[in-house]
Amino acid sequence: MASARPALAVWKFASCDGCQLQVLSLEEHLLELAEVVDVAYFLEASSATADGPYDVSLVEGSITTPEDEERIAEVRAASRTLIAIGACATAGGIQALRNFADVDAFAEAVYAHPEYLSTLEDSTPISEHVEVEYELQGCPIDRMQVLEVVSALLQGRRPNIPTHSVCMECKMAGHTCVMVAHGTPCLGPVTNAGCGALCPGFHRGCYGCFGPAETTTTGSLAAWLRHEMGVSQRDLVRSLRTYNAAAAPFAEESRRHDASRA
Amino acid sequence: MTHRVPEGARDLSVAALARVEGEGAMRIRLRDGELEEVAFSIYEPPRFFEGLLAGRRMDEPVDITARICGICPIAYQISAARAIEAACGVTIDEGPIRELRRLIYCGEWIESHALHVYLLHAPDFLGYDSAIALAKDHQEVVEQGLALRKAGTELVRVIGGRASHPVNLRLGGFYRAPSPAELAGVRPLLEAAREQALATVRLVATFDFPELEIDHAFVSLKEEGRYPIDAGRLVASTGLDAPVAAFDEHIVEEHVERSTALHARLSGHDGTFMVGPLARYALAREDLSAVARSAADEVGLPAVVTNPYQSIVVRAVETLEAVEEALAIIDAYDEPDRPAVDVPARAGTGYGASEAPRGILTHRYTIDDDGIIVDARIVPPTAQNQLAVEGDLTSFIDDHRHLDDETLRWQLEQAIRNYDPCISCATHFLDLTVERE
Repeated sequence: MASARPALAVWKFASCDGCQLQVLSLEEHLLELAEVVDVAYFLEASSATADGPYDVSLVEGSITTPEDEERIAEVRAASRTLIAIGACATAGGIQALRNFADVDAFAEAVYAHPEYLSTLEDSTPISEHVEVEYELQGCPIDRMQVLEVVSALLQGRRPNIPTHSVCMECKMAGHTCVMVAHGTPCLGPVTNAGCGALCPGFHRGCYGCFGPAETTTTGSLAAWLRHEMGVSQRDLVRSLRTYNAAAAPFAEESRRHDASRA
Repeated sequence: MTHRVPEGARDLSVAALARVEGEGAMRIRLRDGELEEVAFSIYEPPRFFEGLLAGRRMDEPVDITARICGICPIAYQISAARAIEAACGVTIDEGPIRELRRLIYCGEWIESHALHVYLLHAPDFLGYDSAIALAKDHQEVVEQGLALRKAGTELVRVIGGRASHPVNLRLGGFYRAPSPAELAGVRPLLEAAREQALATVRLVATFDFPELEIDHAFVSLKEEGRYPIDAGRLVASTGLDAPVAAFDEHIVEEHVERSTALHARLSGHDGTFMVGPLARYALAREDLSAVARSAADEVGLPAVVTNPYQSIVVRAVETLEAVEEALAIIDAYDEPDRPAVDVPARAGTGYGASEAPRGILTHRYTIDDDGIIVDARIVPPTAQNQLAVEGDLTSFIDDHRHLDDETLRWQLEQAIRNYDPCISCATHFLDLTVERE
């Protein structure tokens, strides 16, 4: 079944399905995309699966089991270009909270027989296991960014994905700064753009779901939140430990303030 | 078409199920005509949500539990909020905030049901591997599904900010209430969706349904005069009628011998039970809007549907119901003075349940005086349906073992898809294989 169109594959590891759903949510663009790429492996969408190699693999989810460590190596070997999509694949996701705790205690809280589980100590991003050509941040990713990255690859150009902070987007959207005007703690200054500054538009502070921006000054923001806005140490740690808890700038800063580890 | 197969060992297993949300497998083995093994198993890696929620602040589960499922985040957000509000003695069962919650939930139903009907399930009935393949021959059908789905995602986006993991929901209500003008902006899409949903009911009713009769007990939420979506009491076809706070007394999770998965049982009932569209429709048909009920009548849908393959028709009727409801709520919308009511922390345990598109989703939280979570428990619909799914596979094989492997396997996979299983949601499942001897 030779095909002139590039073969696209979509893979899932530990995740909620939300990022690959963004591909199905391309609406009218979904059928357009299917015209220019051959959707060779996308289990959520199709029972038909073609063997590799694949020109482009989109990988959702983090690595949390020994089996998945092996599977990601196989996916890598079968893929010309590998793009990690979403907070799980780029930072370990919400399930990386185990990295700061005792995974056995987590397992015991959920399962009567945790000894049956085969799970790793940490939840880790794809890039910790294999080489990754591109990462799309976000929990969930923005669907138009997927389209942009795939289009750029097909056209042989660099994807146009912002690396500045949510603050910039927020100003461009014309929102009132929730931190300055309402005293609401906000992670916008250190969070990567891509959501369109959604939360400030709803009068709430950014909670960092797009992960750290390329150049962040997390320490400076943390000090401001602690000392100028009266955010408690525990709440500061909590706010840094959500969907991108294990991303280096957030993880390092949260460890600095985590009394239990000091 | 089909030919008889020789007796002997037959393996009908499917290692990785397609067109379901999350990762699951079907293991079925027959030997000399006898069923050796039937399992709908899960290999979704555990993510320990209940473990990681302990120690978090009570305002956090609304955002955190959304991440259990990218398909039905609002179900998680509403069930979580209602449970924690209940623990704090706050009830939001009427007024504009309740209506807004129901409205965004309607958006999720439209979006999730349209996804399942058109992109995941319809290809089975029409003989295609995917909606993309289906679109090559029937582009207008797939386009109708995508347009219908868009009405749902737009509604969620306008109220919640984005379709997956919306940001505007919180304890007590919303961060910002939409203006009547913002909601009116979605009206044209919803009006078109009403026609598309009606056309969907008519379309899917013409499909050929494999024969299967089930006798699972039905369990759903119930609220007089309103179809069960965002709230209600816990009811069952066994006569059960109880507050959601009594959930643990009636839905009991237990270990089954030779299986390490937690299976849910309905107390006082020997057989299996199911949650989801068939259950809601059987228990609350009289609460459907006139439009949705007449559409069901028009295509001859019986008052109780006992063939799970027809769940696609019920899903289409429910999509129409969600569109009708959404339009009615928008027309009657009165912007609340404050977008959220206060939820002051107090020590206690609270339950919250709502009807995710695939069935009842219950959350239970125990919090301390400072509003810190001490204990969390989540019972997703797919965990409750697992035994019913396996029961359906067994019954179907009993009546259809004359089919050749390919046909039988396809129809069995379809029997799993009848439940729109959301495996990502199944926080209670273990990574395992079920062996029965």
